[in-house]
Amino acid sequence: MKNSFLIRNPSTLWFLLALSLFTIGVTILSEAGLGIMSTSFVKTLGKTLCLCLIAVAMDVVWGYCGILSLGHFAFFGIGGYAVGMWLMYARTEGIVLEGFAAQTIPPTAQEITDAIGNQIFGVVGSSEFPMIWAFSDSLFMQLMLVVLVPGLLALLFGWLAFRSRVTGVYLSILTQAMTLALALYLFQNDSGLRGNNGLSGLQNIPGYENTPQSTISLAFFYASALAVALGYVLFAWITSGKMGSVIKAIRDNESRVRFLGYHVESYKLFVFTITAVVAAIAGALYYPQAGIINPAEIAPIASIYLAVWVAIGGRGRLYGAVIGAAFVSLLSSWFTGGGAPAIPLGFYTIQWTDWWLVLLGLSFVAVTLYAPKGIGGLFDYLVRKPS
Amino acid sequence: MSTLLEVDGVSVSFDGFRAINNLSIQIGEPELRAVIGPNGAGKTTFMDIITGKTKPDSGRVTWGDRNISLLGMSESEIAMEGIGRKFQKPTVFEDQTVRENLAMALRNPRGPFAVLFYKKTLEGAARIEEIAEEIGLSDSLTRKSGELSHGQKQWLEIGMLLAQDPRLLLVDEPAAGMTTAERELTTDLLKRAAKTRAVVVVEHDMEFVRRLDCKVTVLHEGSVLAEGSLDHVTADKTVIDVYLGRA
Amino acid sequence: MTRVFVLLAMLLGFSPAAQAQDLQNLLQSHAQEVADPGRQSVGIVLDDLAGSGIPQVATFLEQWQEKNVWQGPEGLFFIATEDGDTLTLTDIDSGEQSTAPAAGFTQLKPNGGVRRVIGTALVQFQLMDPDLTRRTTAVASIARRPEPDQLAPLLGSIAGEVDATLKARKIQLANFLSASFADEAADRIAAIDSLATDVSVEARAVLNQILTTSPDMAAELPTDANIARVLTPGADMSLDAAYALLVDAGLAAPVTSQEAIKSALSENITGGRVGDMPLVQLHTLENRARAYAQLADAGTVPPLVTTGDRDAALAGYVFFETYDEADSAITDAAQAALASVETRVAVGQAADLTLDALSLASIYFLAAIGLAITFGVMGVINMAHGEFIMMGAYTGYVVQLFIPNYTASIIIALPLAFAVTFAAGVAMERLVIRHLYHRPLETLLATFGISIALQQLAKNIFGTQARPLTSPAWLDGALVFNDVVQISYIRIAIFVLAVIFLFLILFVLKRTRLGLEVRAVTQNPGMAASMGINPDRINMLTFGLGSGIAGIAGVAIGLYAKVTSEMGADYIVQSFMTVVVGGVGNVWGTLAGASLIGFLQKGIEWLNPSNTLAAQTYMILFIILFIQFRPKGIVALKGRAAAD
Repeated sequence: MKNSFLIRNPSTLWFLLALSLFTIGVTILSEAGLGIMSTSFVKTLGKTLCLCLIAVAMDVVWGYCGILSLGHFAFFGIGGYAVGMWLMYARTEGIVLEGFAAQTIPPTAQEITDAIGNQIFGVVGSSEFPMIWAFSDSLFMQLMLVVLVPGLLALLFGWLAFRSRVTGVYLSILTQAMTLALALYLFQNDSGLRGNNGLSGLQNIPGYENTPQSTISLAFFYASALAVALGYVLFAWITSGKMGSVIKAIRDNESRVRFLGYHVESYKLFVFTITAVVAAIAGALYYPQAGIINPAEIAPIASIYLAVWVAIGGRGRLYGAVIGAAFVSLLSSWFTGGGAPAIPLGFYTIQWTDWWLVLLGLSFVAVTLYAPKGIGGLFDYLVRKPS
Repeated sequence: MSTLLEVDGVSVSFDGFRAINNLSIQIGEPELRAVIGPNGAGKTTFMDIITGKTKPDSGRVTWGDRNISLLGMSESEIAMEGIGRKFQKPTVFEDQTVRENLAMALRNPRGPFAVLFYKKTLEGAARIEEIAEEIGLSDSLTRKSGELSHGQKQWLEIGMLLAQDPRLLLVDEPAAGMTTAERELTTDLLKRAAKTRAVVVVEHDMEFVRRLDCKVTVLHEGSVLAEGSLDHVTADKTVIDVYLGRA
Repeated sequence: MTRVFVLLAMLLGFSPAAQAQDLQNLLQSHAQEVADPGRQSVGIVLDDLAGSGIPQVATFLEQWQEKNVWQGPEGLFFIATEDGDTLTLTDIDSGEQSTAPAAGFTQLKPNGGVRRVIGTALVQFQLMDPDLTRRTTAVASIARRPEPDQLAPLLGSIAGEVDATLKARKIQLANFLSASFADEAADRIAAIDSLATDVSVEARAVLNQILTTSPDMAAELPTDANIARVLTPGADMSLDAAYALLVDAGLAAPVTSQEAIKSALSENITGGRVGDMPLVQLHTLENRARAYAQLADAGTVPPLVTTGDRDAALAGYVFFETYDEADSAITDAAQAALASVETRVAVGQAADLTLDALSLASIYFLAAIGLAITFGVMGVINMAHGEFIMMGAYTGYVVQLFIPNYTASIIIALPLAFAVTFAAGVAMERLVIRHLYHRPLETLLATFGISIALQQLAKNIFGTQARPLTSPAWLDGALVFNDVVQISYIRIAIFVLAVIFLFLILFVLKRTRLGLEVRAVTQNPGMAASMGINPDRINMLTFGLGSGIAGIAGVAIGLYAKVTSEMGADYIVQSFMTVVVGGVGNVWGTLAGASLIGFLQKGIEWLNPSNTLAAQTYMILFIILFIQFRPKGIVALKGRAAAD
């Protein structure tokens, strides 16, 4: 079945091919190969892949199903937190045990826990492990939480919102409120997740202390590429065929679909939840590469940027989302990182670190007004040239 | 002919305005019925109540052989019970092909997971061909429905209703904006459909109603003013007052 | 104490004969006591000084207390300041200044006890001083550090007080002092009872001071102590705290801590073992305790005291709190008074909370009403609304750069902010929003693009640090009802502004041609257009109006909060909430939404005052749930107009 599906969707095949070539290219250029590409740039590319993955999820929920969710970056962050808890716990445990090894009397289990707690929560004036850290010693459990927490949250929130027929801009605002509530909650010191300090040191993978970061970064790059490939295929499969037909129909005329006998709410809930889970997986891969996660990452603005990427890349086509996320986020880091040359005007010099957001904002308005199909729309011109 | 749908003493008001006032109508199976009335007579609200879009303030709406109440059911549940509705404005999914539009309407399990793992079947394809034939869109199956003409969109929507295989078809002003030739085709289509099921047509156009040649219900200010053959109701004094008095 | 009364009587008497005498002579007659005063001997000097009625006495006492009085070679006293080897002398009678070499002069250094006696004596002078400021200062200093012996002079000064405010203050303060320090229990109780209606922080502090307790323990509950309550260890106080009382009293040995066990063990390792326990097995508390017990049996360490021993020891004693005040009649009276005060304080707090909530609601109303108008009339969500608020605030700031008079600048800034944001709104509507009607989600995103551009632009122009928008002096301070209920004038002004705008908008919508057309377009744009209303013009004006109000809200918010490029973003989500909760397309709905959110936020903050972040979190969660039950808001449109 998969085969026939791929054959029916040539764009998916082309995407997988391009992704493979890209992965091979990065491997060759990285320090494992020719050494032209720095480790930090490999990390940037790996992170960008994760952003592409959440952009694809966003495209499905917004571009295909018409739900402009301003909350998917919250799920991304939850995924990051869930995996970050294990990373931080396991690494701190290693350090603490090393410290105890020097003592003549072996530590009790309680002493170890207290010492780890002290290390992790000292910054927020606590040493107790909060309830939500109950599974932090188990990688498996935390990975389960990456999927379960955002999944259940999306299910609950979506059920409440869709059930009462909140749609359109109302729903956008409601998802934004949900995101804000989560961010504000995490900003508190007694949230149990270290308040605005967030979780840090996530780039150190427990058990691989002696592996160089160049290798780790490449491993995460591969993992991210694989996740993007799988996510892309999953969503391509969902959005093609009858399911895609129904969710696009919901986007275009929700009540008509209802009169066809479809339970619209279930479909929205399905799409909202599965994209939330994929967003969380993207976050779980992103933050070990970023090294740090804090509540500011989850703020509603991040989710809006996500929508911006998808809009610029082109809604309603999965590769558009990938292009948008990669293009805008890489361009953004080029401009804000001081990569772009300043433009002297004589009386004033345009520093791109200052003016990039103005440019982004205005070009976003321009895309919305004049190129609603985004960059992906260019492909239509290329493909349809003969006619 | 057994009673399929019974609307009994239904009233609904919006902000004090009584859109439907103690309305009672019975529809049999099979039957072709035309509902006429001036603007604001409550024709669209009457359909909204049956299809679950609007909840009435009082009254009963019972359905089928087991006399189940439609009140309290959701739109999709009512649709699955076998009530199909065509809107005044043609609402087909313009971004999708005619085949996709029809496939979506085909009578199949409607749950998300059933749809996700749905596989095309030969019977399904055959049924789509059959309906396309019926509505005269056999050659347009792979076209985006947004490219269709206005009349074709109306037919596609009727086709989607047929694909749902409903026991009751509610059709809101099917002839609006059609050419004379298209109207004739539409009349035939509805008459054929009414042979095996109940079809309720809401229409303004008397000529179209005459061609349907069926029992007519006249609505006025939210309740039934007269019922019977078109000749019978047009001879009715009150109907003339309402219609001609206004015009 | 009697001395004080004599002194007062003399002060009030003011005999003219005594006035003729000069201070230096008087001091010389007590030269020995002045030069080297003791706590007893200084009393005679003070009595005579007070009796003399010489005006310079107060100054002299102050300087004496401050160790600024020197005795010259001839035994004369001077007020002097030392500068290297020379002294600047001031004659204590005439105030004439001269200089002299320091050699030969001795500084008078009264000891702490004497200085305190001098200070108390000084209080009478200050309380009776002809200068109102000095009297006020004296009263304030008593209020800061109340002492028992200040009571009598204070009482004595009340009758002669001419200033009504200060007199009331003196009576109040005398009441406080009587409550704490009066000699007779009956006087104290009377004073305490009179405090029952006083909600000031001071009065509550006085009552709480009387009711201070300290924990204590005994084998049996003592009958002669004024016991506040009996404590149950483990419930009213921690077991450790209770045990600490026993340990402090020498009745028990402290519990051997885990750290003590660990260090004892590590000091007694022999051949990889402690006792017969191998080191590797010491990773549980049980094994450590067992090893320690072996060491204790051998006498190398003190015996193990476990928490079990602690609990057993606690069982043998009762724990209780005793009042530091021994007289139970007084503590009972204080209890009753405090209870009554607290009831009044609670009522006051509720009133204060209501005022706070009203003020917050009016801010939300101002911030949201512009949004509600554009959303209601045009179905357009303007994400840049917050940035319009910011533009209004910066307009106010710029106006103040040019017009230094704050009153004038605010009066100019309000209409100017309206004009600036009105223009910005119209420009945005013409250039962007007009092209996106019927695509609400796209409008949301496009206006968001404008929002980030405007925000960054403001950062580039005004920098990232907060800019001041100073309110005129007559808006400084607060309307104070009492120590519990007060509201700042700025908040009152914002409330008034919100009310004005409420009526202004109602007037525009209900009583003007524009309002009629706006309502027509809101309800049925197609029909409105066919009746000759130009929807384009209406949309443009509506959008301008909504944006203009945002500008005015910006000035108002800027006055009490800081002006930054991000201030708009702080209000945008709350504004959305206000509109959504209130219901779209209705001014009263926005008012209801703003009130609900304002009161809710203050209410939650009151329940959990330490954590405003949590308050906001819970409020948003509440709103999400609220939308479940009223998806169309509090004031919902019904019928066909509400559909889609």
